[in-house]
Amino acid sequence: MKHALKPSQYAILIAIMLTASVGDSLLARGMAQVGPVDVHHLGLLWHALFNVYVDLGIVLLIGFFASYTTALSWADLTFVMPATAFGYVVIALLGRYWLHEQLSWSRWAGIGLIVCAVGFVAGGPSRTEHPELDQMDAGAGR
Amino acid sequence: MKTLLVQFAPTGSLQAWTAILLVAALAVVGEVMIAAGMQQLGDLDDIRAVKGLGGTIAAVLTNVRFVTGALCMALNFFTMLAALSLANLSLAGPAIAALTYIGNAVAAKFFLRERVDKRRWMATAFVALGVFLLSR
Repeated sequence: MKHALKPSQYAILIAIMLTASVGDSLLARGMAQVGPVDVHHLGLLWHALFNVYVDLGIVLLIGFFASYTTALSWADLTFVMPATAFGYVVIALLGRYWLHEQLSWSRWAGIGLIVCAVGFVAGGPSRTEHPELDQMDAGAGR
Repeated sequence: MKTLLVQFAPTGSLQAWTAILLVAALAVVGEVMIAAGMQQLGDLDDIRAVKGLGGTIAAVLTNVRFVTGALCMALNFFTMLAALSLANLSLAGPAIAALTYIGNAVAAKFFLRERVDKRRWMATAFVALGVFLLSR
């Protein structure tokens, strides 16, 4: 099992956390400006594409998907999952310290649990090796 | 995105829970298929070193498992819209997130053959509970 990650791989995990959370926040802010969209007003979705927050949010979420896909090429899904969940913590902390929102005890408890979860997996291997598959690949000349 | 999705309707019905389970199942299938595709391709840095960025993107976009997973995620998005017309966001959001994290761990163990040890099970449970608490 591989254990140590390269600095560039840590950067990818941090990019996953930040792009997902900031991208969602920007989309939420943009859509709040556009107004509620329902099946009778789908034209507003076209209008939303001209909102700068929506555009920035889409760019960041494309960055998230690229980072997430890259991480899954060298790490297990169960290793990457807590990193994606850490984005929720970033959103909550942005709300608390940037927007000065009040966080209830249950939200602080949620933050604590997700931080613990990230700590659990960060201390373990990032990838499960499958030696038998590697041998088959080697035998097939790959 | 949440603003886009907000619809309010009665909650807790059998229909609502069926929709929530369907959304979570599509998310699990989508994420597992994407992970399986990337597992099949291997480290993208290594591919990029040989084929360049364009070749890497082409390799990803022509991987059947990846494309299937991406389609499932797209379907998941539209099913989520339908689910939010049946269940309140305050129920559907945390329930879908928690079920998806747990379902991903189970699917990763049995389909991706990941070694999900005690440490990772605990992390999955903590994330599911943490997301649930954060969404309250």
